[in-house]
Amino acid sequence: MIVKTIKVDQLARVEGEGALKVVARDGVVQSAELNIFEPPRFFEAFLRDRMYSEAPDITARICGICPVAYQMSAIHAMENALGVVVDGPLRDLRRLLYCGEWIESHTLHVYMLHAPDFLGYAGAIEMARDHADIVRRGLDLKKAGNAIIALLGGREIHPINVRVGGFYRAPRRRELEPLAEELKRARDGALATVRWTAGFDFPDVERDYEFVALRGDGEYPLNQGRIVSSRGLDIAAAEYDEHFEESHVEHSTALHAHLKARGAFLTGPLARYALNAASLSPIAREAAREAGLGSVCANPFRSIIVRAVEVLYACDEALRIIDQYEEPDRPAVDLEPRAGVGFAATEAPRGVLYHRYQLHADGKIADARIVPPTSQNQPSIEEDLRIFATAWLDLPDDALRHRCEQTIRNHDPCISCATHFLRLDVDRGG
Amino acid sequence: MARIRPRLAVWKFASCDGCQLSLLDCEDELLEIAGEVEIAQFLEATSASVEGPYDLSLVEGSVTTAHDAARIQEVRKQSRFLITIGACATAGGIQALRNFADVREYTAIVYARPDYIQTLATSTAIADHVKVDFELRGCPISTRQLVETISAFLAGRKPQTPPHSVCVECKIAGNLCVMVGHGTPCLGPVTHAGCGALCPSYNRGCYGCYGPMETPNAPSLSAWLGKLGMDEDALKRVYRTFNANADAFREESERHDR
Repeated sequence: MIVKTIKVDQLARVEGEGALKVVARDGVVQSAELNIFEPPRFFEAFLRDRMYSEAPDITARICGICPVAYQMSAIHAMENALGVVVDGPLRDLRRLLYCGEWIESHTLHVYMLHAPDFLGYAGAIEMARDHADIVRRGLDLKKAGNAIIALLGGREIHPINVRVGGFYRAPRRRELEPLAEELKRARDGALATVRWTAGFDFPDVERDYEFVALRGDGEYPLNQGRIVSSRGLDIAAAEYDEHFEESHVEHSTALHAHLKARGAFLTGPLARYALNAASLSPIAREAAREAGLGSVCANPFRSIIVRAVEVLYACDEALRIIDQYEEPDRPAVDLEPRAGVGFAATEAPRGVLYHRYQLHADGKIADARIVPPTSQNQPSIEEDLRIFATAWLDLPDDALRHRCEQTIRNHDPCISCATHFLRLDVDRGG
Repeated sequence: MARIRPRLAVWKFASCDGCQLSLLDCEDELLEIAGEVEIAQFLEATSASVEGPYDLSLVEGSVTTAHDAARIQEVRKQSRFLITIGACATAGGIQALRNFADVREYTAIVYARPDYIQTLATSTAIADHVKVDFELRGCPISTRQLVETISAFLAGRKPQTPPHSVCVECKIAGNLCVMVGHGTPCLGPVTHAGCGALCPSYNRGCYGCYGPMETPNAPSLSAWLGKLGMDEDALKRVYRTFNANADAFREESERHDR
């Protein structure tokens, strides 16, 4: 029997700490483990006995890359518990803020973490030596996303202007106007990014994923929608726990989520696109068509194109919101604490982010549950490795290790979030 | 002959990755910085890594595992200058809330199999373990202060990061005092400057994410906050966030935790 092991002790260009171990026997991959050794930080525990109003700022600290996602899931879940619906311009401003995070986070991944894999560089700074104009374009695009967050949220990382019920201060129309000019340039840069990524060489592989994403009412999902899947799931966020479960495996400080009925599933850009492509704006739809994406993209390596399409959409959607924005009468709605349970799922850049809070009558948190996208995707990422790596076992070790790392980076895993990620460790015997 | 550039390393301990992301968020300066220093270790940005020693190490995150307690000793040995970036590395971060609780109970709340989890009972600042040459505050740090700190290192001078309170920044910004003006509780009087008085500029009270200023009078502020209607539990909580284990905030929260 020939046993082969491939190990990567510290995965690079992912957010957080993790490793990878693949074990092959007689040319067939037996197991693939994504080891998450990011130290646990216990958010669900110390949220207990904090006020409902404190959850958005505390949960933002789970992830410096997607703090807006945590703030949005937290506020929607709290408003659900308190029986309040925030609509009108405040709803639009939240959607605008989320567009900023998609632009910033996706552009970071596309240009700085993922593209170097396709072009053969260790990172974006190395890539800039040969492709300065391209890296500059990426940085400008990322900056436009951050400009939205900084204006609406006060700062790029851990914004301070988000509260349950709305905002502390709503922007004036004239404050948003300079942003529109920057976003028009960003939209051109995003379109160029779709065309650039569509020209990369991709391995010819596909996976039979069950895609899970939110589906909005005719709009591409960000803050709200029903949780739907490519195999017929269609539920409200309040029903999440009935259909999904988390298990704790020894090799990970991140919990693994499964569909109770069918096991592993995939959330994130590929899932959102497969389930909502018709809701993209015309310019994003046309760019996706031109890039050859089809109505469903099941090749995880091509997720970089889908992220670029989503950046284009987010620029376009942000411009639409700014154009139609009317200043709200008040920056937030009034809230009364009460006992109850609140649920919310929103679309973090990496996929569905579920929060559930149980509140005491005085507004203090009795119990909190947070399921980040990377926990949900981890079983599918491990399946990708198991399925793809068998075909690559004859590659030299360095090439095989690189392909495996790329397989993980395809899903832009956020290990800091999931720990609540990576080393490659390939064992192929011999 | 090629110029020898100082070697920069970025290290992560328990954290959200936000402070090291701040370096990538310097969109206008990043390529220039990369021209002035050799980025020898920065796992979030590049898979290339150069062995130590390093001229400047930026350390993000707090120490929460025995493995990390040993790792920071190694980082220190390899580093000529060691600068901590952010509230986790400088004060233990939000995860230091465990220092006020029973970590076994916390593990049981979050994990089905607590026996798989290895963690220390406390989350501690980097300076509790090794000598630190400079501490950059904030949750997250300010990109402006980060660029200033790296520039100061390159010029061989001390970074200019004023130690006064957020109140001074409000005066500079011309903000109306949120406490005096509309009775909003604010930690500005005891909080280290650096954010540019962000929260008050958005009609919100400061929540202390830069940690305590040099000589804070927290008991006096608590008396004022009490007059604005905050009860003992609220006073305990207001100091127990992202810099809960910084001395002045820890001591003041403990005064209200009876």
